[in-house]
Amino acid sequence: MSESGQAIFDRRIESEQKVEPKDWMPADYRKNLIRQMSQHAHSEVIGMQPEGNWISRAPTLKRKMVLLAKVQDEGGHGLYLYSATETLNATRDEMNEALHSGKAKYASIFNYPALSWADVGAIGWLVDGAAIVNQISLQSTSYGPYSRAMIRICKEESFHQRQGYEMMIVLANGTKEQKAMAQDALNRIWWPSLMMFGPHDSDSAHSGRSMQWKIKRRTNDELRQSFVDQTVPQIEFLGLEMPDPEIKWNEERGHYDFGEIDWDEFKRVISGDGPCNRDRIRHHKKAHDDGQWVRDALVAYQTKKSAASAA
Amino acid sequence: MKKNNDLYEVFLRSIRGVDHRHVGSLHADTPEQALTYARDCYTRRSEGVSIWVVKSCDITASQEQDAESFYDPMDDKPYRHASYYVLPDEVDNM
Repeated sequence: MSESGQAIFDRRIESEQKVEPKDWMPADYRKNLIRQMSQHAHSEVIGMQPEGNWISRAPTLKRKMVLLAKVQDEGGHGLYLYSATETLNATRDEMNEALHSGKAKYASIFNYPALSWADVGAIGWLVDGAAIVNQISLQSTSYGPYSRAMIRICKEESFHQRQGYEMMIVLANGTKEQKAMAQDALNRIWWPSLMMFGPHDSDSAHSGRSMQWKIKRRTNDELRQSFVDQTVPQIEFLGLEMPDPEIKWNEERGHYDFGEIDWDEFKRVISGDGPCNRDRIRHHKKAHDDGQWVRDALVAYQTKKSAASAA
Repeated sequence: MKKNNDLYEVFLRSIRGVDHRHVGSLHADTPEQALTYARDCYTRRSEGVSIWVVKSCDITASQEQDAESFYDPMDDKPYRHASYYVLPDEVDNM
């Protein structure tokens, strides 16, 4: 008698083994993965926009090269994740359509504008920093291709955070104006960075299931706390003021306490009404449409070549 | 006279969760046969939990003489590495 697919799957999850593309998996596990992984991929790609806007305005050639390399990495990370999602039989076209129709989400942080050059530093430090906390835990996700993409991405991502923080050190130790610019960037980007971890565990629609299946390994609130704990000493080192007056070391918990997130703002931005949501999607569509002639040319070239080799 | 059979490249996944790695090649007439031969030749000591076989002629590879144009552009971009950014000890754990 052969064991059922479900039983094999359950045992694999139980014993910390990876699920691979050709293994049997529950339909909802597949669906949940496609949702989370495509959302992750979209975040990488949409995330190129706020920083990409600053490439032409970087203050030095060095900073311009660094920013260009970082934005290029984000595009690459999007590709790793789209490809990994395709192993679940989701097509690239379907994922793009879901992004354009608003059915698929991406990290709400990228719906905020990058207003000053200091934002580029703060994004690298805080947004990539928050992403790394999340991605480190996802290295041990139960789906093999997702896990391997995360390992590759984490390896590349550390430079993103370091270049951002290094920029913040320079600004925080610069002129009065530069320091004020760094403080302003920190104040604005802090809260949306905390929102990146998603709703409280008690309000998170997908968390319970995803934790059971080991798609997610740590809860939203645990990850958020880790991020706060690692970031507060970095703020202190910069000599900047805390962006939240309620940040305070809690001896009993062994963690920093912090204030409550504005969840109304979170819901508003995630459901399409943030400062830049429409721009981000409009720009993505335009870039996709503007590239149509390249894709057409590639198909024409391929058709011509195979006709020639058949002759 | 029988034509030579095809060359296949063999890839093994040693344990679940890691990438398949190239281990060698063999001759076979069909992909199924290549898989069976790969089992016999490359996993006699239970090396691996999954085997891929790919016809060698289906692999498009970069050439040693093209290495310059492939890799030189990366040589002068040390800023793509985390170690390029020197941070004080207190905050160097990122």
